[in-house]
Amino acid sequence: MPFLIATSIGILAGSGVWLLLRPRTYQVIIGLSLCSYAVNLFIFSMGRLRSGAAPILSSEAGSLADYADPVPQALVLTAIVIGFATTALFLVVLLASRGLSGTDHVDGQEP
Amino acid sequence: MDGWAHHLVIAPIALPLVAGALLAIYDERRQFLKGVINLLSTLTALYISVALLRQADASAPTVYLLGNWPAPIGIVLVLDRLSAMMILLTAVLACAALVFALARWHTAGAHFHSLFQFLLMGVNGAFLTGDLFNLFVFFEVMLASSYGLLLHGSGPRRVQASLHYIVVNLAASFFFLVGVSLIYGVTGTLNMADLALRIPALPAEHRMLLEAAVGILAIAFLVKAAMWPLGFWLLSAYPAAVAPVAAIFAVLSKVGAYVLLRLSPLLFGTAAGEAAGFGTSVLLVGGMATIGFGILGILASQAMARIAAFSLLVSSGTVLTAIGFSDPHLTGGALFYLVSSTLTIGALFLLIELIERGQNPAADVIAITAETLSLETDEGAEEEGGAGFSAAPAVLGACFVGCALLLIGLPPLSGFVAKLAMLAALMGPAGQGGAVGIPPASWAFVALLVLSGLAALLTLSRVGMRTFWAPVDSVVPRVLVVEIAPVFVLLLLTVVLAIKGGAVLQYMEDTARALYEPSSYIEAVFDAHRAPALGSGR
Repeated sequence: MPFLIATSIGILAGSGVWLLLRPRTYQVIIGLSLCSYAVNLFIFSMGRLRSGAAPILSSEAGSLADYADPVPQALVLTAIVIGFATTALFLVVLLASRGLSGTDHVDGQEP
Repeated sequence: MDGWAHHLVIAPIALPLVAGALLAIYDERRQFLKGVINLLSTLTALYISVALLRQADASAPTVYLLGNWPAPIGIVLVLDRLSAMMILLTAVLACAALVFALARWHTAGAHFHSLFQFLLMGVNGAFLTGDLFNLFVFFEVMLASSYGLLLHGSGPRRVQASLHYIVVNLAASFFFLVGVSLIYGVTGTLNMADLALRIPALPAEHRMLLEAAVGILAIAFLVKAAMWPLGFWLLSAYPAAVAPVAAIFAVLSKVGAYVLLRLSPLLFGTAAGEAAGFGTSVLLVGGMATIGFGILGILASQAMARIAAFSLLVSSGTVLTAIGFSDPHLTGGALFYLVSSTLTIGALFLLIELIERGQNPAADVIAITAETLSLETDEGAEEEGGAGFSAAPAVLGACFVGCALLLIGLPPLSGFVAKLAMLAALMGPAGQGGAVGIPPASWAFVALLVLSGLAALLTLSRVGMRTFWAPVDSVVPRVLVVEIAPVFVLLLLTVVLAIKGGAVLQYMEDTARALYEPSSYIEAVFDAHRAPALGSGR
């Protein structure tokens, strides 16, 4: 599982960065979204990868080793919400730029 | 320290939050009401921040436990000298920018007042928090409102600048998140004081991972502080913003420097063992490169707003270099410089708009393009409301001279005191009178400090002559008294800073010493006792 997670984070981040460096605003926003997925997965994986372990203590029995770390899960939730909001904001600016300049180039004019 | 006084620490965050939310309720037809609410909130914040400064100066760091959880578990707010000083600086600049905006700019777009308050909330939160992830949240609050404020007034140029600004800052936020989560993965904590305790005990094989994490995290702050080569976004973004927004943005770029100043001695001070001093050489070299780039930019600029933006780069670079030296004396001087230069550049951004209004009467509220200033535009003009006052050119000129003196670092204003304090710390390490020998890095910094003053002198005198003396039949700028007053007050404050130089410098020295001996900060965080449960109180 670590290999799978690491590869997917790598592919997402790599594609994201490539798209981020492209000249069209639509490519940039998709690139930002891919990067944010990669980052969210990365944060999640920082709590150690466990399957079938609950993040909330359900009973007194068992040790802490039986549970998943809840902090990265809380962090990733916050990061998702903030990332979503800022991407939405960027989308508005993107559309405004398209409307004002008549082109979807990031510099507002065709090269 | 009980009762209401204890809750004052959270007021700089809670007050703008409530005021911003309240302002969002009223629609744009109630501009007068919104202006009054905003002004009341900002003035109250100023009053509170003065009280907080007194409190921070008198006692050990005050810790406020959010949600009443003890330190490493819950999130803490910490008020010490540094954060109190930065909050006061923000409040002063906010008052000036707001009064300036109320004259005309606040009507140029929707929700100016709410965004303004949310920006203050984010900035104050970033200064107060003692938790890395909470810092991220406040950073995002601050950035989200700054996106909105940069767009204020609209127009193709601002939308274009915002597009780049948002992308750069979103990418920096990803670095922030990766760095923070990696730090959590390595150390298992996000509390800054707890981190300072855990880093020395970290096994050697984990240290590399930690240093990678901190390096990634620092990129986010260095982008915000506009260190070369991460600061090119600033040059297109700040001059595009409307004047009051650019003025308040002057403190925004200091947030990055603040975090570095807070974290570098705390996490990698002398107590950190093997990891001590991590990254200071990067700050040193990067900061100097930033100053050099800023000097070249100042010399090459024609438009005034660009000169101000490059001066901001020089100011950031100077503070970053000073952090890189990790010398308490120098840091004390650099803190003085930080306050003085932020006030100066804030005033300069406000002043530039007033001056350019005189040069280019066709420039209306919606679109001022600095590039077209040299072109002659003689149609239009003269219908915008309110009567100006006739002495405007003389007052503008005097204020410009004041700003120039501050940027160059000539007496009698505070720019001189700031540079003198830094030079004295560099030339005489630890008050030995230079007998110990001065390392080459110090010489380089001294040279850059002097050169930056020279560059400012050349450019500002050139621009000043062209603006105030050369025009034969210049139009008298329509400047309202409430617009020139904030500039004047900011400059007056720098005079006060210079007159009270001894006391202020003493405060800065205390601040710097506390930064480099973080034990009182760490103890305060862990010793903070919880408030009694409801009902069982007093």
